[in-house]
Amino acid sequence: MNNLETNVGPIALDGPTVLASGVLGISLDVFARLRRAGASAVVTKSLSCEPWEGYANPTVVGLGGGGWLNAVGLSNPGVQNFAEVIRPNRDIPIIVSLVGSTTRDFEYMVGRFKDCAVTAYELNMSCPHVEKVGLEVGDDPDLVAKIVRATKRDSPSVPIVVKVGLGSSNYLDTVKAAAESGADAITAINTVRAMAINVELQRPILSNRFGGLSGTPIKPIALRCVYEIASEFDIPIMGCGGISSWEDAVEFILAGSSAVQIGSILGNRDLDIFGSINAGISKYMECKGILKLQDMVGLARQENA
Amino acid sequence: MRDYPTIITVDEVIEETPTVRTLVFSDDVMASAEPGQFAMVWVPGAFELPMSIMVTRDGRRAAFTVRRHGPASTALYNVRPGEQLAVRGPYGNSFELRRGRLLLIGGGTGLVPLMRLITHTSTADEITVLIGSRTGREVFFDELAVHLLADHPVSRVGVSTDDGTMGTRGQVTKVFEEMLRDSEGSTNFDAVYTCGPEMMMYKVVQLAHDRGIFVQASIERVMKCGMGICGSCIAGSDIVCRDGTVFDGRRLLENNEFGIAHRDKAGVAVPWADPACR
Repeated sequence: MNNLETNVGPIALDGPTVLASGVLGISLDVFARLRRAGASAVVTKSLSCEPWEGYANPTVVGLGGGGWLNAVGLSNPGVQNFAEVIRPNRDIPIIVSLVGSTTRDFEYMVGRFKDCAVTAYELNMSCPHVEKVGLEVGDDPDLVAKIVRATKRDSPSVPIVVKVGLGSSNYLDTVKAAAESGADAITAINTVRAMAINVELQRPILSNRFGGLSGTPIKPIALRCVYEIASEFDIPIMGCGGISSWEDAVEFILAGSSAVQIGSILGNRDLDIFGSINAGISKYMECKGILKLQDMVGLARQENA
Repeated sequence: MRDYPTIITVDEVIEETPTVRTLVFSDDVMASAEPGQFAMVWVPGAFELPMSIMVTRDGRRAAFTVRRHGPASTALYNVRPGEQLAVRGPYGNSFELRRGRLLLIGGGTGLVPLMRLITHTSTADEITVLIGSRTGREVFFDELAVHLLADHPVSRVGVSTDDGTMGTRGQVTKVFEEMLRDSEGSTNFDAVYTCGPEMMMYKVVQLAHDRGIFVQASIERVMKCGMGICGSCIAGSDIVCRDGTVFDGRRLLENNEFGIAHRDKAGVAVPWADPACR
């Protein structure tokens, strides 16, 4: 019996928990471990045209209360090297996260994965701490639309997911641009731009000063965004932001997520968190008499409909 | 475990060699770290880097032993008494301590977790410490090891240098190999623990594993978060900061990157200069 199967638009998954981008995502062997632990798919670290070293340490700091602040700076081996890493893959659903500034960047990057088994591309239009990419792209809905159309044109058979976050323009305008230009799904949300200052040293902790807040503190914000997107648009959503337990995951599904992405909790828990969240969701469905996970998506919005 | 930096003040700096210093400080959490555990150490205004947590001669304080090499380690090396550091951790697992005849074999700052391991052994254990170095001028912790083993009736500390300027001439792995040959059929080690340059560890792990001796190594990779999130330290299927840094020899020999390659800050695999033949 598998009642946890779900579809994020054209992306068919055998379970609702997916590894979020930026976390652990550079080795095929570790992807295999995540898969065995219960992840239905993995989203890679965001890949760029060339390898990036990222920022100098300190790049990550724990803030307590399940909150994490990071400015790793999108360190990644670049699309060329990474395509070699995943080329042997046959059975792990890999969602390749891409980050860039222009339509040309995305066309180039997608071209590198032509002969790889890619489940979907997730376009990172929401990283809050690197110039000229991520949120700076996401804040420009016209550019988002151009990039989605170009990627879709170059890679018509691979689903396109757009990952949005909270920037300086209304994120719902970004979602609208993505949906209207052919994106198959939305991931919401990325980390929230933030900082931490050590009072004894009287200086910001991160070498980049600003970073992205993730984990428990952003969960209610991410949940609100998923609910808003699901209420306004007819596009599948993967919820992301501070999901640490099966209860959190169920909240996101009830708000309108077809799947949930899990990341920062891995700072506190082993990889088995995927399996335990899956088991919790399954038990919840049993108690509530819900046969298929898909039947639960957006249930909390019915009263308002 | 503390994921937010704790401020500590360096109260003593020990010159170990012309390029190695030990920075001593008081912190109960760090002082009680397990052998093999590390801290993320931030030199305010400069860098943060992973450092194995060193024991002190008085047994009460903690320390970091650093060789000046790149910008981050040089910034730490230059810290003077009275200056502050910010530390996260301790992170990672620790050596699984066996009883009986134990061999600790290491080189350079790789000796740090082995010194802490000595303090966890029992006086009934028969301990051999082998210290390898390129040259005599760079040997350190030999005298400290003798001090830490003072209450062990049966123990020995051996030094080998590549150029023969101190102790036995030749690589420490050669000394180990000869020890194994001499003891063939008679007594053997109950466990071998190693930390140091990767190709040295590879050789030690291979030699011990081939003879069925329990062996563990503490390995080093680029680290950013130190707690299993960022993935910078991945080696094959292992998340070094979280699953390690200490691994059983068997698992290391199954790892397709140990002794072969490490990853740079971008995550690109870089072969070791002299990779192992597998």
